[in-house]
Amino acid sequence: MTAVLDIDGVASPPRQNGELVFSQPWEGRAFGLAMALTDAGVVSYDVFRDALIAKIGAWESAPPEGQDYSYYRCWLQALEQVLADAQLVAPGDVAARAAAFAVRPAGHDHGHDHDNDAHHN
Amino acid sequence: MTQAEMEPDIDLALRTEALESLLLERGLADTKTIETFIGIYETQVGPMNGAKVVARAWTDADYKAKLLQDGTAAIAELGFKGPQGEHMVVLENTPALHHVVVCTLCSCYPWPVLGLPPSWYKDSAYRSRVVKEPRAVLAEWGTALGDDVEVKVVDSSSEVRYFVLPERPAGTESMSLEELAALVTRDNMVGVTRVAGPAVTAP
Repeated sequence: MTAVLDIDGVASPPRQNGELVFSQPWEGRAFGLAMALTDAGVVSYDVFRDALIAKIGAWESAPPEGQDYSYYRCWLQALEQVLADAQLVAPGDVAARAAAFAVRPAGHDHGHDHDNDAHHN
Repeated sequence: MTQAEMEPDIDLALRTEALESLLLERGLADTKTIETFIGIYETQVGPMNGAKVVARAWTDADYKAKLLQDGTAAIAELGFKGPQGEHMVVLENTPALHHVVVCTLCSCYPWPVLGLPPSWYKDSAYRSRVVKEPRAVLAEWGTALGDDVEVKVVDSSSEVRYFVLPERPAGTESMSLEELAALVTRDNMVGVTRVAGPAVTAP
């Protein structure tokens, strides 16, 4: 496993006592996805990190009203962007798939706790 | 894609799930690798690795000698290696000599054994003060050192990463490797604190 994380600066992930902290399950998934993709060479970590720094910078320079800062929101946006730039996953594909998941009938095997989902604006 | 272009009403959990399902379908990622990474960073990479190294050194004189002579090799022998784990130098704390580690330039840190560094490690306050007044900084951590104890501040860099082998506390003679490792904290291995002995039964 050769992926290197930023341990300092704006791109370094939230930690507690030196360990990574995921406040919601999807954050861990998003983290694992990026690590797996960079480890496999599908996307370069440097390119991803640049995108992450840009997303964080964009949020900080103009925080959307009513939205709390979320490192992993920026992380996910950066990941979507590098995959779109590499023409591997188009943004519209993600939105369409997410919309399809959103209307799944109750009782499907989707196990997330929606009470803990990110804020809606 | 800018914030405004994100679908505001589709929550991030769904979006992550959607992205993952597309990547799996397209053969760009597989569930096992994703979960391996989450597991590695969440639970395996962390101060426990360093604690195991310390416990082994406390109980095995040959291993300790090897560790102090070639930290990188001795640590790798226990299976802990990875980025930022190269060029490890292990320094032994004794009753007469106390080492404390800092990285004055940035935050070089041996994360295969200690996990990712705590926020105070990268604070400029810690980085500058521990060099100038180590005894005062250590006292604030509750580590009071007598005048007879020499204090050495060592500066980690991209070439050398230091790792402190703390003193084994008294009262631990009959403890197992696992019990010993459980006593060792990250702060002990940075050198800002000493290992607390086993909990004493209430008087």
